[in-house]
Amino acid sequence: MHHRYVLSALLGLSLGPAFAADAPGGAIADQSEPHKRVAPATERFEPPAEASISKDAFGQMVERGRQLFVNTQSLRGQYVGNGLNCANCHLDQGRQPHSAPLWGAWTAYPAFRKKTGEVSTFIERIQGCFMYSMNGKAPAADSEELKALSTYAYWLAKGAPTGIDLPGRLYPALPKPKGGFDIARGKAVYAEHCAVCHGASGEGQKQGEHYAFPPLWGRDSYNWGAGMHRVNTAAGFIQANMPLGQGGTLSEQQAWDVAAFVNSHERPQDPRFTVDIETTRQKFHANDGVNFYGQTLDGVLIGQGID
Amino acid sequence: MNRLVLIAFAAIAGPLAHAGEDPGKQLVQQGNAQGALACATCHGVDGAGNAAAGFPRLAGLDAGYIARQLQDFHAGTRVQPVMAPIAKALNPDEIQAVAAYYAAQPLAPAPALDRSSPLPQDPGAQLALRGDWSKGVPECTRCHGAGGAGVGSQFPRLAGQHASYIATQLKSWRDGSRHNDPGKLMETVAKNLDDAQIDAVSHYFAGLGQP
Repeated sequence: MHHRYVLSALLGLSLGPAFAADAPGGAIADQSEPHKRVAPATERFEPPAEASISKDAFGQMVERGRQLFVNTQSLRGQYVGNGLNCANCHLDQGRQPHSAPLWGAWTAYPAFRKKTGEVSTFIERIQGCFMYSMNGKAPAADSEELKALSTYAYWLAKGAPTGIDLPGRLYPALPKPKGGFDIARGKAVYAEHCAVCHGASGEGQKQGEHYAFPPLWGRDSYNWGAGMHRVNTAAGFIQANMPLGQGGTLSEQQAWDVAAFVNSHERPQDPRFTVDIETTRQKFHANDGVNFYGQTLDGVLIGQGID
Repeated sequence: MNRLVLIAFAAIAGPLAHAGEDPGKQLVQQGNAQGALACATCHGVDGAGNAAAGFPRLAGLDAGYIARQLQDFHAGTRVQPVMAPIAKALNPDEIQAVAAYYAAQPLAPAPALDRSSPLPQDPGAQLALRGDWSKGVPECTRCHGAGGAGVGSQFPRLAGQHASYIATQLKSWRDGSRHNDPGKLMETVAKNLDDAQIDAVSHYFAGLGQP
């Protein structure tokens, strides 16, 4: 009931301007586009407590979805082709505001997406995650995995208004710094704030077979088609959430610089690759935020992919 | 002649010669001539430490982690009145030897408990496996690994560590008296914990990974 109370307070206080800011005509802006950061912590949607998951068949499906979300590596080799888990980028198992929470995604679909050029359902959106962020293969729409993950998202969104741009949805959009961004400066930010967990070369750190800290580039990271490959998207995630426990401590400039550094490294090829890098760039990357795909950095063509 | 010398040497320095095969063990059992007490006095030959006295368990900790703590005691970047003079009496090679010795002491494996485990009832376990994100606190196992097994040389093993020691360290980070963590990661977390959380999570990890 607690989350209902919070939601009522939130609706009473600020539904109008705060929620309508990015939703002209009542339509939600493209899910792939980060939105303005408008949520004071006290006005955010509160998903139900994990302890309230029921023991019945529905609750068991919620729990199965939660398990897959935090341990997506259980699908490695089947639907997952890299070393990541959903919860690496959707913190607190998809609950954390400004970390693309599942309760924000569930209530935002179906929606038109620039990326697909059509209206996508929530199921299709998760399939995209598997293809790009997880560098794998999408489970079928009627698979047990997608049933579980979408049930978990639905449950997390209990009581949330549908079709409204909830504060804390997605990652915050950080405007590009006036002076631009700088990969070399980002390298220094990385060494100081990120390498302790993610490794000196972005390789992550393992505990046994599995990554305790996710790799940020290279074979086991997200591919060139993932939303996180955009410097602007990564900058928003980083500034709001990284380092863990210290979200909001890096400046917007530092976040842009280090996001550029991270995303200037090679990663698995965009599964939409067609003909050559330049053709693929024009088709899928030329109008997709700020990204390095198909560009030349220090004389090296970026976007060659890693097998 | 040679044989006589050898026998005489063996008679005088038998224990040393034996320990000489493992300079770490020698230091642990006997200390050194520069005034370093035998580590075993407080931490035990097996690295079990002492729960009642709050001396940490060293067995099975990452060697790089132990070495860095000794270096920090030596340099004064980690302040502890008992450890400071001992660490200052160790040279860099001796620090590496002691660290390698204790890291190699056997310890039961930590259980595979993390986010994917069912939600526990115990508040200490909840903090360890879920965190307290309303206060910006990630779950302990996020960085210290499943079951608090430790990750690399920066995120030490917590499983089986004495509750008294874990609690003391968390409070030291919270009040700023310990500050040798990379990027203030632990300090930031500790400042967001209350006494009840510290007590609960310390006891939780102390109970994991026991033989």
